[in-house]
Amino acid sequence: MGMTMTQKILAAHAGLDKVVAGQLIMADLDLVLGNDVTSPVAINEFNKIGAEGVFDKTKIALVPDHFTPNKDIKSAEQCKLIREFALDKGIENYFEIGEMGIEHALIPEKGLVVGGDVVIGADSHTCTYGALGAFSTGVGSTDMAAGMANGKAWFKVPEAIKIILKGSLPKWVSGKDVILHIIGMIGVDGALYKSMEYTGPGVASLSMDDRFTIANMAIEAGAKNGIFEIDEKTIAYMKEHSTREYTIYKADEDAEYVETIEIDLAALRPTVAFPHLPDNTRTIDEVGVVPIHQVVIGSCTNGRIGDLRIAAEILKGRKIKKGVRTIIFPATQKIYLQAMEEGLLKIFVEAGAAVSTPTCGPCLGGHMGILASGERAVSTTNRNFVGRMGHVESEVYLASPAVAAASALTGKISSPEEVV
Amino acid sequence: MKGKVIKYGDNVDTDVIIPARYLNTSDIDELAKHCMEDLDRDFVNRVRPGDIMVAGKNFGSGSSREHAPAVIKASGISCVIAETFARIFFRNAINIGLPIMECKEASEDIEDGDVVSIDVYSGEITNETKGKSYKGTPFPEFIQDIIKAEGLVNYIKEEGK
Ligand code: SF4
Repeated sequence: MGMTMTQKILAAHAGLDKVVAGQLIMADLDLVLGNDVTSPVAINEFNKIGAEGVFDKTKIALVPDHFTPNKDIKSAEQCKLIREFALDKGIENYFEIGEMGIEHALIPEKGLVVGGDVVIGADSHTCTYGALGAFSTGVGSTDMAAGMANGKAWFKVPEAIKIILKGSLPKWVSGKDVILHIIGMIGVDGALYKSMEYTGPGVASLSMDDRFTIANMAIEAGAKNGIFEIDEKTIAYMKEHSTREYTIYKADEDAEYVETIEIDLAALRPTVAFPHLPDNTRTIDEVGVVPIHQVVIGSCTNGRIGDLRIAAEILKGRKIKKGVRTIIFPATQKIYLQAMEEGLLKIFVEAGAAVSTPTCGPCLGGHMGILASGERAVSTTNRNFVGRMGHVESEVYLASPAVAAASALTGKISSPEEVV
Repeated sequence: MKGKVIKYGDNVDTDVIIPARYLNTSDIDELAKHCMEDLDRDFVNRVRPGDIMVAGKNFGSGSSREHAPAVIKASGISCVIAETFARIFFRNAINIGLPIMECKEASEDIEDGDVVSIDVYSGEITNETKGKSYKGTPFPEFIQDIIKAEGLVNYIKEEGK
C-alpha cells in the first residue's frame, strides 16, 4: 500500500521509509510559528523546559497580529513579552508593526515555507501553507514551546480524504466558495483528524490566493491539514518569494484514501455559511432577504491582493449603502502597498469603506469592528461561532469577497450579479 | 477520578469555552472566570472541583488556543468525556495534563447531574447514578507516558536526562 502526499512528507521528516495511518511519529520541523495570543503561553512553557536557547533562530516565526496595534494595556504587555523573548533569543523572523501582517498571509509571502516542509504553528489556521505543498498544522502553545526547544513535534499519521477538482470556476465564484461548499457537504467534523488532499485537473485553474483560502479552512472541517499538489503556479510562487529549496511529494498511485470527493468547479455558486457553524451553508440563490449592519473584508482567509481586487471591481464607482459599516483589512504591509499602488484603497475609501492596517481585529472579536447585540455581519473570515465577532446575540455570515462587497452596496446578503 | 457531570451538546467550540475577546491576557485564573461563558453563563457558579464534563461530537473545535483546556482544568473539571474531540484540543489537553476520553456510548447515555467514575488508563467509565458502565478508548502508550509525566514539558525534561 502506498502513501498519501502528507504521509510521504511526514515519513521523510521522521527519518522513515514508510509510515501508515495511525502511527505515532516524532518529526523534524522546518518552521515553528506563534502569535500574540499563543506565544506568551508558549514562552512561559519554554522557560519551564529550561532549554539554553531555541533549536534554530531562523526556523521560528513570531507574529503579533491578533490584538495589534495593541488595543489596550494587557495586549501591549503580551506583545512586550514576545518582543523581549525574540530579542533575547535572537529570533530572526519576528515581525513588528510596520513590517507585519496576518501570520498566514505573511509567512508564505516572506518565503518562510516551501513545498515539502513540515510546519507547526500555535494557531489553528497554520494549515494555510498546504497550498504550497507543505505539511502544516495548528498546535497549541506547549507544542510550540517544545518545538522551539528541540525542533520536533509528535504526530499521529493521518488518514486522508482525496478531493478531485475538475473544470474551472465561473465569474464571481472563488476559492472561498469551493471550501464553503466542501464544508457544507462533509460537515465541521467531516475531516476530523484527517488530511484533505487536493488533486485533479481543476487545480491548475485556481490562483495561489484561491488555494491559500481553501487550505486555510481545512480546520473548519476538523482536518489536520489541507494540501495541494505542487504545479507550475506553486513553483512560480515559491521562486518569487523564497530562496529555499522545495521538494515535491506526489501521492502514490495506490495510496489509501478513506473517502474520495469529486467537485466540478464550473457548477459551483457563490456560497454563504449562516450562523453559527461554517457547515451551515446555502448557495446565494437560497439565501433569501438577510439585512446586514457590517461587512468585513480581510483576514488570513481572504485578505490577499486577489481578494481586494475582486472587492474593488465591485465597489468601483459605487456607494456603500448608508448604515452598513464596511471595514477592509489588507492582510500584510506588502498587500497594503500593492493595493495602494493599484488604486484599490482609493476605490474603497470613495465607496465609503474604512481601510485598516493589517490586523486580525474583528475576525476574532478582538477590536476594530465589534458587533452589538442583534447585529449581523457578512464577513470574508473563517468562523461564525456564537460571539465570534462580538456580542453573543450577534451573527456572522461567512462569504467570499465578491459577495461581501456586493452586500455592502445593497445592505443585505447579495450576489455580485445583482449589482454589477 | 469521580465526579458529578455537567453536560453539553455537539461542536462545543473554543470560542464559547473561552471567548477570544478576553485573550489579551494569558492569566489562566483570570480567564477561568469566563469559562463556558458564551454557552452557559451559570457554569462558573455551578462547577465544583472534581466535576466531569460530558459532551457530544467535535468538542473543542476551532482555535488552537491552549487557554481552552487550561481554563476547563482551572475551573476544577477533572476529566472531559466526548464522542469525539477536535484534534488540536485533543493534543492540547494531553500536553497540559487535562484528562480526556472518547466514548460515544457514554457521551449519549450520561445525563447532567449523573455521578460518574473514570479510569483513564483502562478506558473504563462507570455511571454510578444509572448503574451502567461504558468502555472508552484508552490512550496509546506514548500518550500515557506524557500524561504520567503530567504534560509534555515534564516529558521532554525527563527525555533529556
Ligand atoms: S485573521 Fe482570524 S482566523 Fe486568521 S489568524 Fe487572525 S484571528 Fe485567526
